[in-house]
Amino acid sequence: MFKYLFAKEDDIPAGSAAIFFGYSSILWFIVGTGLGSFNAAKLAFPDFVTGEIMWSFGHMRQVHVLAVILGWISMAFAMAMMYITPALGNTKLWSEKLGVWNCFIWNIGLAAGLTMLWFGMSSGREYSDMIWPVDLAIIFGILLPLGINVWMTIKTRRTQGIYTTNWFFGAATFMVIIVFTVGNSPEFFQLTGLTEAYLTWWFAHNVLGLWITPVAAAISYYVVPKVTGNPLYSHRIGHLHFWSVVVFYSTPAAHHLMSAPLPEWLKSFASVEGVLILVPAIAFVSNLLLTMSGKWKMFVENIEIKFTITGVLLAIPLNMQGGFQQTRAINWYVHGTGWIVAHAHLALLGFSTFLEAAAVYYGLQTLLRRKLYSLALANFHFWMLLIGFSTYWISITIAGLIQGAGKIYEVPYIDVVIAEHPYMIARWVGGTMVFLGNCVWLFNMWKTMREGTLIPAGRLPHELAYER
Amino acid sequence: MAFREYTIGARMFGLAFGTSMFITLYMPAMDIRNVSVTEIGLERQLSFGRVGGFSYEDPFLTGVAKPTTVDISVDPNTGAPMEPTRAYVYPAGTPFPNGIRHPLILGEKPKGASIDKGKVLDAVEAQGAVFVVRVDDSGEEAVPYIENATATRGWKPEATMAKASDADSYHIGKGKIMFVREGCWWCHTLLPEQTQDWQYFGAPPMLGDFNGESPTAFGSDRKGPDLTHVGSRNSSREWMMMHFFNPRLVQPHSIMPRYDYLWGDKDSGGNTIDFDAWRAQYDKYAANETVYPPEVPLPAKDSEARALIDFVLNLK
Repeated sequence: MFKYLFAKEDDIPAGSAAIFFGYSSILWFIVGTGLGSFNAAKLAFPDFVTGEIMWSFGHMRQVHVLAVILGWISMAFAMAMMYITPALGNTKLWSEKLGVWNCFIWNIGLAAGLTMLWFGMSSGREYSDMIWPVDLAIIFGILLPLGINVWMTIKTRRTQGIYTTNWFFGAATFMVIIVFTVGNSPEFFQLTGLTEAYLTWWFAHNVLGLWITPVAAAISYYVVPKVTGNPLYSHRIGHLHFWSVVVFYSTPAAHHLMSAPLPEWLKSFASVEGVLILVPAIAFVSNLLLTMSGKWKMFVENIEIKFTITGVLLAIPLNMQGGFQQTRAINWYVHGTGWIVAHAHLALLGFSTFLEAAAVYYGLQTLLRRKLYSLALANFHFWMLLIGFSTYWISITIAGLIQGAGKIYEVPYIDVVIAEHPYMIARWVGGTMVFLGNCVWLFNMWKTMREGTLIPAGRLPHELAYER
Repeated sequence: MAFREYTIGARMFGLAFGTSMFITLYMPAMDIRNVSVTEIGLERQLSFGRVGGFSYEDPFLTGVAKPTTVDISVDPNTGAPMEPTRAYVYPAGTPFPNGIRHPLILGEKPKGASIDKGKVLDAVEAQGAVFVVRVDDSGEEAVPYIENATATRGWKPEATMAKASDADSYHIGKGKIMFVREGCWWCHTLLPEQTQDWQYFGAPPMLGDFNGESPTAFGSDRKGPDLTHVGSRNSSREWMMMHFFNPRLVQPHSIMPRYDYLWGDKDSGGNTIDFDAWRAQYDKYAANETVYPPEVPLPAKDSEARALIDFVLNLK
């Protein structure tokens, strides 16, 4: 990577930036899930690694969250953008060199930012925990270069129209910059009180709604038609998905604070808009599942489709929960319980991770022109992820329901803690499975780079999956 | 090849996104801005100081440049006995809270009273000041406001501190920093819910309870009880001290981490704390080999543990 930082643009092989982003994202996924497993062990066994400030839960928890969001998920997004955007525009990436620099600065900056957070330099705001100088560095050093590369690649495309995936990429890179700028404004401008609380959750909601969800969906809009060979079922439904994300998904931020003293009109408005996120969700899921028609055997046989369609199917419970758990009728029961933690993991570890893993699997094989080293290990990775995630999700959902019952029946809190204990152990087991699966994944992708069978020109990796 | 310019799409995108941002940012901002601060809100921001998280005066969150809250019952200026009063002492150079720097955020009436009666604009950070919270009930509705006692009564920060005993001095501002840095808010909310758990955790906060406070650190995920009114439920300093040192001493089933590292190297008597010996003795106690657990060392006056206990006990 370092030799390309100061190379001439033409001397950098096409796809380098995407490859670097791909491997970086896998590394950060291992870091993030490893931290998650460590934190879960602390919740199950409170005296596990104790009495050291740096290894305390309060110092590690936010590092886990942001390593996964800004390391794994966002870097996998950058990887996907670096190869899918030019591929759909029938062109090259606007600047491979900018992409390589972007990846370099991203890795360095994220490591530095997370270290600061680990040492306790926090803004005290969930999801926007990073201190404001780091926020500015993220906006101008990471997100803006990424956006410029994507926008310019779309602008210099050699196709007449713009495919669905690229609408989402272009719009989401723009919206995430707005989200970071506005969402962190309480720190830039010393905004306080309820404004600060509201903007904290405005950020947290929109970084998911306008960045993670649409980009993850956009990736599957590429992977499913590309791998199955079927055209996208309907571009009209794609339109509906895109516009309803912009209109509905950007508004319900206040539903994260349904029990806080915010203006009532704002909470009611957010709640109604929150149910309307079912519009983009149903449009997305139905469009992708209908695209699969006639090719459902690939759900079993093909590793990219297996990951993608699992992610799409997980979007169904995700949005059913997401749409309704924020209404007052349900929120009073589940607010502040493990149910919400399970829901967040369903969004990030379930829905979106499976879509990104498919993009990384597919992209690395295509760009390296090498077949996957071991399909068996890839399947092992898939099942470790799915079973580990399901264990986590089911156990914490149950724990959340217990907590909710304890809350409304005014059970002494310590009894809730005791009742949750078995589920905390299950959560740790599930999280550790995900972590171990990712270690296997890194090994598999490393071997793919070194020893994978070369793919002849004109062939696609998945066509050769079962050939020797 | 004729390229599509997507001019309509781009404009529609701007319109849709702009409208959404107008509804979710501008309208709530204008609404929240008119919220008038309550007495609780004034007490909170005066005891916490300017920022409870990262700030340029305290980048590593060690709790420097924070006010001290004191309960005094004699006038620091004259030495005459007076009604017990809670004063917020800002020594010279301590950044003032946001309500003093920008009285606009207090809401119209508290702002007017704080400026006219409280003389808050006369306070100078470089010289320090002592503030108290007052309520003006001369009009139709009671208006809480901040009084700059340094300007109105001549109370000087050092003299005021000297009139309060150590037991009556609370390092709440530093404690809030500890609360944020140590991530207490990952497991404990500061927000009893309006709908159901006020009977168990106490009254939910009101609209004006947070003006000037940052971060609000409501928390989103409970793994332990809500702490908004914990000081009213349990006011024992001894219990808090044992609980922070090792929660299993007072609550065998707790999953809270130990915060013994907040004690620092020395206890209140200046003796070095031998953590290894303490843990060895505790392990024996936990294994039922001894009847009593080892004594928890008293935290030093300037320790982080003391500040955190002050903060928690004053959540009332």
